[in-house]
Amino acid sequence: MSTEKSRLMKAWEWHEQRLPIGHFLDHSLGSKYPAPKNLNYWWNFGSLALFMLVTMIITGVFLAMNYTAHVTLAFSSVERIMRDVNNGWLIRYMHANGASFFFIVVYIHIFRGLYYGSYKPPREVLWWMGVVIYLLMMATAFMGYVLPWGQMSFWGATVITNLFSAIPAVGDAIVTLLWGGFSVDNPTLNRFFALHYLLPFVIVGVVFIHIWALHIPGSNNPLGIDAAPADKIPFFPYYVAKDVFGLGVFLMAYFAVVFWLPNAMGHPLNYVPANPMVTPPHIVPEWYYLPFYAILRAIPDKLLGVVAMFGSILILFVLPWLDRHPVRSATFRPIFKIFFWIFLANAVLLGYCGSQAAEGWPLIASRIGTFWYFFHFIVLLPLLSWIETPKPLPASISQPVLSPAE
Amino acid sequence: MRKFLLAAAAAFILPTLVSGAPAFAAEEVKPMHREWNFNGLLGKFDKQQLQRGFQVYKEVCASCHSLNFISFRNLESIGYSEDQVKVIAAEYQITDGPDENGDMFQRPGRPSDHIPHPFANDQLARASNGGALPPDLSLMTKAREDGPNYVYSLMLGYKDAPNGFELNPGMSYNEFFPGHQIAMPQQITDDRVTYADGTKASADQIAQDVVAFLHWAAEPKLEVRHATGIRVMLFAFLFTVLAYFYKRRLWARLEKH
Ligand code: HEC
Ligand code: HEM
Repeated sequence: MSTEKSRLMKAWEWHEQRLPIGHFLDHSLGSKYPAPKNLNYWWNFGSLALFMLVTMIITGVFLAMNYTAHVTLAFSSVERIMRDVNNGWLIRYMHANGASFFFIVVYIHIFRGLYYGSYKPPREVLWWMGVVIYLLMMATAFMGYVLPWGQMSFWGATVITNLFSAIPAVGDAIVTLLWGGFSVDNPTLNRFFALHYLLPFVIVGVVFIHIWALHIPGSNNPLGIDAAPADKIPFFPYYVAKDVFGLGVFLMAYFAVVFWLPNAMGHPLNYVPANPMVTPPHIVPEWYYLPFYAILRAIPDKLLGVVAMFGSILILFVLPWLDRHPVRSATFRPIFKIFFWIFLANAVLLGYCGSQAAEGWPLIASRIGTFWYFFHFIVLLPLLSWIETPKPLPASISQPVLSPAE
Repeated sequence: MRKFLLAAAAAFILPTLVSGAPAFAAEEVKPMHREWNFNGLLGKFDKQQLQRGFQVYKEVCASCHSLNFISFRNLESIGYSEDQVKVIAAEYQITDGPDENGDMFQRPGRPSDHIPHPFANDQLARASNGGALPPDLSLMTKAREDGPNYVYSLMLGYKDAPNGFELNPGMSYNEFFPGHQIAMPQQITDDRVTYADGTKASADQIAQDVVAFLHWAAEPKLEVRHATGIRVMLFAFLFTVLAYFYKRRLWARLEKH
């Protein structure tokens, strides 16, 4: 037995010398990767996002085995998955609701970063990669939603791709290129399927860079101060155990929806096959786009609306230079903290407005909300960087209670 | 732990806040609400009721509405035996072919056939219904907001148009249809069908039965979904509890230092 084991060890070492995969994992997410000891549960959402990405890819590949990307067959091929493919209903509901849960997780992950100043030096590139992942997710989910070829698939695709026509000079050419013709039709569905299959793997690539960039400075923490080596603990087993517990809680929420409310987050009209002759009374995108949809419609000019919509996400790239306050964590920035919560409430309000018809008070509210969104980034944050006096910072993580001496 | 609860609460509340607000036409009336036995944690279909509902579909709705995604063999899962399904299928004439002479021909239905369309094409369907197209019913209860309650209400929502309401010729007034003008005449009245199982066929009973049947047609995997869900949840719960205590024991080591 013992010789047996040492032989196995030898084989392992032989392999490690040639391809140090164990070494690599141990340094990435294992006992050789030190993390601040005070991370709270908001730090669970990174690993949850990774879990959802993997879940989406696995369920997606199985869907693709049974899905037909043709306008005459797409809708019924999805129904075939739901009815005749073994466990097809489970795979499809996990994928459709998985997209929503992926976004829930990523939104929490992003707001965690906004609250604790995780975008500030030295983590700007890490933050950029996060924004790139978010953009890719939006594109992927948008194209995925077109695939079942229901009414909302078709009309959502029509509305969103039409936005590009607002670009001066080349707009119409871009739209024709996206469509592969002169309307949303079979060529559109085919290219969207090809891209929907491709982009998640591009995301995987960017996630690698994201985690690589994370490993240079290491994790930020709720206090936002640099963690001394003495205040760090190995990722394995401590944070692995914490992440696994968090995963369990998350899974219960996810499964509750998959098994009991699988259609609550979708639009009923997507169970009506696409029909270019019948326009639905309200075309509503999936919930995760709603704040941006509200921004788009808040502005009466089409081009400016499109610019504002894309700008509202792209502005995140320059956030590290808009908020130059030296203190990271909102814990020590009482004024910033208030405006953080206002910003969050404003984003939820915009989301609500995006779900309503663009008229009456929701339209007015989405104008105010849009103004506030940009005001927060362009005026408030630079201003606060200058004028806000932070609370005194603790000397180290082990001394969260302030030593009044300093 | 407090922070954790906060995080968990946010994860639950956020989606309900944003998704709980679907946009819909203002003139719509909220449908009547019923308790359906297919809802709930262990919700199940009542097979007897599904068979009555199928009878209603067959005797009333099928003359106008198709049921594209259902084949006769599927009826086995609402409690018919293989032989009964063969008999039901054989009542229909299916166009098949071409045969060796290149001609299409009619033959009795088989369990593997789909329930045939009432109309040869959409144009004919419209022409027979005053220009309106009777939609396919196989996904109807999922294709409308609050589907089962909506279809149930729609079936019972026929009334005389209120004074001053301009009803176009050939249209009926329905309380629950968006815009209240519907091209489908009232279908369900007391004793519209005579149930094979002897159940008293009040209009309300018929409406319930046909809705249950249509919900089965839209979501045939509902029972196995609920049953699997319970098992998966139990597993996830145990997994989480174990993970929690393991994590606590592990982290207790740290606090000693
Ligand atoms: C005489 C033909 C006819 C019969 C029989 C009939 N329908 Fe209809 N049905 C229609 C037409 C036509 C429409 C389209 C109505 C419109 O768009 O105004 C329709 C629409 C519907 C709708 C969709 C309403 C909506 O929200 O768009 C449902 C649900 C429905 N029928 C259920 C039934 C059921 C259940 C039965 C059997 C009990 C039935 N129908 C029998 C002709 C019929
Ligand atoms: C970032 C990861 C992904 C996201 C966010 C995503 C999102 C979506 C969404 C929102 C839908 C529509 C679901 C519906 O309403 O029915 C969808 C459908 C689909 N996706 Fe994905 N997806 C991802 C990855 C993948 C991958 C990797 C594949 C293939 C390998 C894939 C294959 C499919 C197929 C075939 C469909 C059509 C079936 C259906 O609509 O249920 N997806 N996806």
